[in-house]
Amino acid sequence: MTSILFFEQLLNGIQFGTMLFLMSAGLTLIFGVMGLINLAHGSFYMIGAFSAALIAGLTGSFWLALLASLSGAAIAGVLIEILIIRRLYRRDHLDQVLATFALILLLSEGVRWCFGAFPLYLDIPENLNGTLPILDDIIYSKYRLFIIFMGLLIATGLYILITKTRLGVRIRAGQNDRQMISALGVDISKLYTIVFALGASLAGLAGAMIGAIQSVEVGMGEPILILAFVVIVIGGIGSIKGALIGSILVGVTDTIGRIFLPELLKIFMEPANATSVGSSIGSMLIYILMALILIIKPSGLFGKT
Amino acid sequence: MIVEKIFNKWILVFLFLIPVLGFIFEEPYYITLTTKVVILGIAGIGLNLALGYCGLISFGHAAFFGLGGYVTGILSFHALNSELMFSWPFVTSGSSNMLVIWPIVILSSAFLALIIGLLSLRTTGVYFIMITLAFAQMLYFFAISWPSYGGEDGLSIYMRNSLPMVNTMDPLTFYFICLFWLLLVIFISAKLINSSFGMVFQAIKQNEERVKSVGIETFKVKLLVFVISGTITGLAGSLYTDLNRFISPSVLNWQMSGEIMVFVILGGIARLYGPLVGAAFFIVLEQTLGSYTENWQFWLGLILILEILYVRTGILSLFEKKLKYEK
Repeated sequence: MTSILFFEQLLNGIQFGTMLFLMSAGLTLIFGVMGLINLAHGSFYMIGAFSAALIAGLTGSFWLALLASLSGAAIAGVLIEILIIRRLYRRDHLDQVLATFALILLLSEGVRWCFGAFPLYLDIPENLNGTLPILDDIIYSKYRLFIIFMGLLIATGLYILITKTRLGVRIRAGQNDRQMISALGVDISKLYTIVFALGASLAGLAGAMIGAIQSVEVGMGEPILILAFVVIVIGGIGSIKGALIGSILVGVTDTIGRIFLPELLKIFMEPANATSVGSSIGSMLIYILMALILIIKPSGLFGKT
Repeated sequence: MIVEKIFNKWILVFLFLIPVLGFIFEEPYYITLTTKVVILGIAGIGLNLALGYCGLISFGHAAFFGLGGYVTGILSFHALNSELMFSWPFVTSGSSNMLVIWPIVILSSAFLALIIGLLSLRTTGVYFIMITLAFAQMLYFFAISWPSYGGEDGLSIYMRNSLPMVNTMDPLTFYFICLFWLLLVIFISAKLINSSFGMVFQAIKQNEERVKSVGIETFKVKLLVFVISGTITGLAGSLYTDLNRFISPSVLNWQMSGEIMVFVILGGIARLYGPLVGAAFFIVLEQTLGSYTENWQFWLGLILILEILYVRTGILSLFEKKLKYEK
């Protein structure tokens, strides 16, 4: 029984981790290439989810909704980059943190204006409903497996994009030396817009996919934004590999910790105390993990020192 | 600079005048509002020492604000229920006397800042921003999931804590208690900034390597500034609990850290009165926009973005008259 539960929770953790990866890949790219701390990244997660809910309501198709989440968030990303974000690249981190904090207020309230304060719901398509037997006695939700699959697909896609394409070369060059690639004739501001829109669309896709399990509401992006920051700090800011490993680590630690820490503590403590202490520490676990990693490696697992 | 100084004098005059006017015209609401500005101003002044003067961008000052608030709430919760807080290793009961609560708040905030500082100051730049955020989030989640003191619902205290011979339940009296702390904190900050120690931590903001190269242990200096900064913000948290007679995990949330940061930057960083002006501007904006539109946060966000993009150095800089030789 415990091993089945463990396996199931492990898969839940991986599923959570792949979604975190979609968020943190964009965040870490934007920081790596443009040097921008983008607190408003969670807003694109929300915009993606709302675009998907809107299109799903109009057409009834989940797949069109996913497409809408990608393009809706990308369009919002391009607009916001051109109007506001572009002016922040040369500023210090303090201005960036504050301006993007203000952007969260603006975007959250803007979405509430358009869609109202009530949560929307996004339905899982028929053929992904239900469960799938994986091993003899383990069954698991098809939709969650689909999320893991999509996450891995996008991770592979990003890997190919960064290592094998011309755009990828420019992105990597941008991470290394911004002045040099603009001196070599690359249109740097166009590159920045593309990277920002790419990050925004990945966040939007994550928002739509999670929106189908949870609900689509204003403010849904902020909790996951903080987790995505924890991920990129653990992985080392600017490193996509770090973001992938960090995401899985955070996803699994969080899920497993919350379930098993109270159980584990019951060995030493009274059950009632163990439950309350375990659940408190369980919810703090990833922050403890992050603090520990930063104390040992102050620039994250794969960060440049 | 001179215009700014005159403006600062006017701020003090207003701080005395507004609540008195509120009292005369029997509008206690304005007294409460000004009290809120004063308390949030103290929190901002605390952060400004670390962020503005020493360049330590802490995105986790909600931790201190919330700790101060919770220590106050928990002490008076036990005093009102006349339950013991601990019976081991020594017998401790709660207290609803501010003269007992304040020292405990100051000690515990300083201790928390010492621990967070010791660990976080090993990192710099973005990593420092994020690790301070992580510590605040840790406390936030702890407060949410710890059931003894209300968990997610927060903790109400039915009576404001007391001072000997003073009726703290009277809004005007409580306002002057907060104003006393504000003036004390401004006085301490001003002394600190102009002291030789102050010169060192302001130099660290400009160029840490140089300060190191003249033989100063910058880590210790930064740690001390961080502790003083966290302690002041913790004290503000204590007053905030007394103002609302309520404390909930939301004051530990990262949005609170963001808001304290907004006060500092809105008013103008590394300006003594900056956070106070920023907090006043923020609250007034919140109130006026809130009375016109439900979506006031939209306009608040817009104003903040415009401020950062175009004014850049905060409200107080608008009152700064540059001398001829200054650039």
